[in-house]
Amino acid sequence: MSIRAKAESLWNVDILGKNVLAFQRWQAERRPFKSSKWRTDILAEPLRIGARTKELIGLHYLEGRYANGHRPVAWVTSGGPVEILQALGYYVLYPENHGALCGTRRAVVDISTEAENAGYSRDICSYARTDIGSMLSGKTPVGKLPKPDLLLACTNICQTVLSWYRVLAKHFNVPLILIDTPFVYKEAPQHALDYVQKQLEDSIPTSEKVAGKKLEYKKLQQTLQLSKDATELWLEIMGRGKHRPSPISVFDQFIHMAPIVEMRGERVTVDFYARMLKELDERIEKGIGAVKNERKRLLWDNLPIWYRLRYFAEYLGERGISVVASTYTNAWGELAPLIDVNKPLESMAKTYIYPILNRGTQYKLDTMRRMIDEFHLDGAILHSDRSCKPYSIGQVDQRNRLIKEYGVQALLLEADHDDPRAFAEEQVAARLAAFVEMLED
Amino acid sequence: MDKIVALGIDVGSTTVKMVGVNASGDFEWNYLEGSDPRVEDQVDSFLQRFRTETGMTDSVPLVATGYGRKLVGQAEKIVTEITCHAKGVFKQLGHGGTLIDIGGQDSKVIIIGEEGQVVDFAMNDKCAAGTGRFLENTAGRLRVPLDQMGEVAIAARDEVAISSTCTVFAESEIISLIAHGVKVEPILKGLHRSLIIRVVAMVRSIGLIPPLMLSGGVVKNPAIRKMIEEESGEPVILPEQPQLMGAYGAALIAQKIAVG
Repeated sequence: MSIRAKAESLWNVDILGKNVLAFQRWQAERRPFKSSKWRTDILAEPLRIGARTKELIGLHYLEGRYANGHRPVAWVTSGGPVEILQALGYYVLYPENHGALCGTRRAVVDISTEAENAGYSRDICSYARTDIGSMLSGKTPVGKLPKPDLLLACTNICQTVLSWYRVLAKHFNVPLILIDTPFVYKEAPQHALDYVQKQLEDSIPTSEKVAGKKLEYKKLQQTLQLSKDATELWLEIMGRGKHRPSPISVFDQFIHMAPIVEMRGERVTVDFYARMLKELDERIEKGIGAVKNERKRLLWDNLPIWYRLRYFAEYLGERGISVVASTYTNAWGELAPLIDVNKPLESMAKTYIYPILNRGTQYKLDTMRRMIDEFHLDGAILHSDRSCKPYSIGQVDQRNRLIKEYGVQALLLEADHDDPRAFAEEQVAARLAAFVEMLED
Repeated sequence: MDKIVALGIDVGSTTVKMVGVNASGDFEWNYLEGSDPRVEDQVDSFLQRFRTETGMTDSVPLVATGYGRKLVGQAEKIVTEITCHAKGVFKQLGHGGTLIDIGGQDSKVIIIGEEGQVVDFAMNDKCAAGTGRFLENTAGRLRVPLDQMGEVAIAARDEVAISSTCTVFAESEIISLIAHGVKVEPILKGLHRSLIIRVVAMVRSIGLIPPLMLSGGVVKNPAIRKMIEEESGEPVILPEQPQLMGAYGAALIAQKIAVG
């Protein structure tokens, strides 16, 4: 450990950064909301919690910037079992989350081109291309990303991560822990759970060696508890969308989900979501809807289109359509009940084998049907994501069955979650307009 | 001619169409010409022509559809081609079913319900494959006039398979076929087949509910109807003026505004 790195981090993060960000947040919270860009005629003012989201994420990336040299750094996949690393004091970076951030900041084409110039095909996931492009060029909208000391890839979200993380491992010359989660068609058989648990156990010595310390069982339990608490709160937050009008749209969820993805297992994340839930309850009490004139309610399937969040929120909001539920944000909440702090590794094996992307397409259809009932939805937008094949497979059938067997309107929209070059403006607008007319007819 | 109470305009990528309807929604007047990039001026000239030809001086509600619909400042309302084609065809044919609309810039399959409502729709992918432009571009390479393409294709005895669905790649494929001495007629037939296979696949993807109907400018090409029937195994019904169905549907929506 370098004393200089530690001192730099202390000064830049703990003393300067933390206080500046807190002050900025304090100012933002007190300033009456004013924006020439935000359509307050059709949408509720942004959630006040937004100031804290900005602070939290800002601090997270600032910590990352000064992490190397005094704190072990791990890069992990979005569905990675992160609690062991958190308990060992790792700074954890999620390249996918960074990719999403690049998407919202419209930085993907520039960064991804770096990867494409190096020979990575445009058919590869845009998150992977953005990450590899960032790795090769150092480009990032957050200033600087820390280099990893350890990589953790879990196949519960896709198989791309297998190759992607091997590229990272080769480039950074650091150990790669691979957690292979067998696909679950209906129920995970015991041998599959045992297999995942065994891999989790096997990952501990490597994680300890890189971190230079031993894993404390108690600390792991505490981390898991915090993970569970935050995840449960997130689930409750999403559940508030059942109210009419819904106090929160999925576009709000897409923005405020960042902590549950990249800061699971931390105390601040639990506090953050408790505060957010309180704000939503205040909105419910006052009858404030995310969309002012909510007339129709929809479901969103698949990843967000990060560079067009506002476009969708406004286009639909203007027509009184609130998108109130999504299978994607739900994926970060639905597994909360499986976490059991008294059986850390056993319950982690279960939690990390059951994400929606690691299950059969029937499960997703069932999830959508359940949401349609519980959230009283009129239809669904299924984003066919060029980059995310595991999420998009089966959508044609799922869409047809929602229409024919469930009697709701459903639209399949082709785009890409991060790469605007796969977003055909006019075609999307034409489909969306016709879909809205169908809903209104 | 009955009094025209409402107008619909379809500003397409290739042609602009205007239709006038009476209080019962019957077809009374229409005009069509090639698309001008100065949309508002063109709409003004259409309205002028309408007044001159019909002698009407009252202003009547206008609804716009088609790709250029947002530029029609004179319109009371803008509506997508999907809804308009469905309304127009339903009013004229009097029943629902599966409507294929092949336009210059895109093609659509629309499932029309028993009351004329749009139940479901599908559109071609984000490229020109499966659209009128596919034929226009590739036929240009073969030096066959657009209005004769269909007849030439039907008359051809042989047919070559065009495997590229991409318009640009299909053009390269044609160049290669010509270089190999293949005659124009079988290539043209193959091109039609390629387009139709794509359109029929789109119908199948959302599920064909008979009867099968056809609208849009490309219908003027007789090979299209024939090949859709061959590929789908279903007879195809055509409205009287397939190219005007979008504008007619828009006029019917305007008529609702007019009569309240």
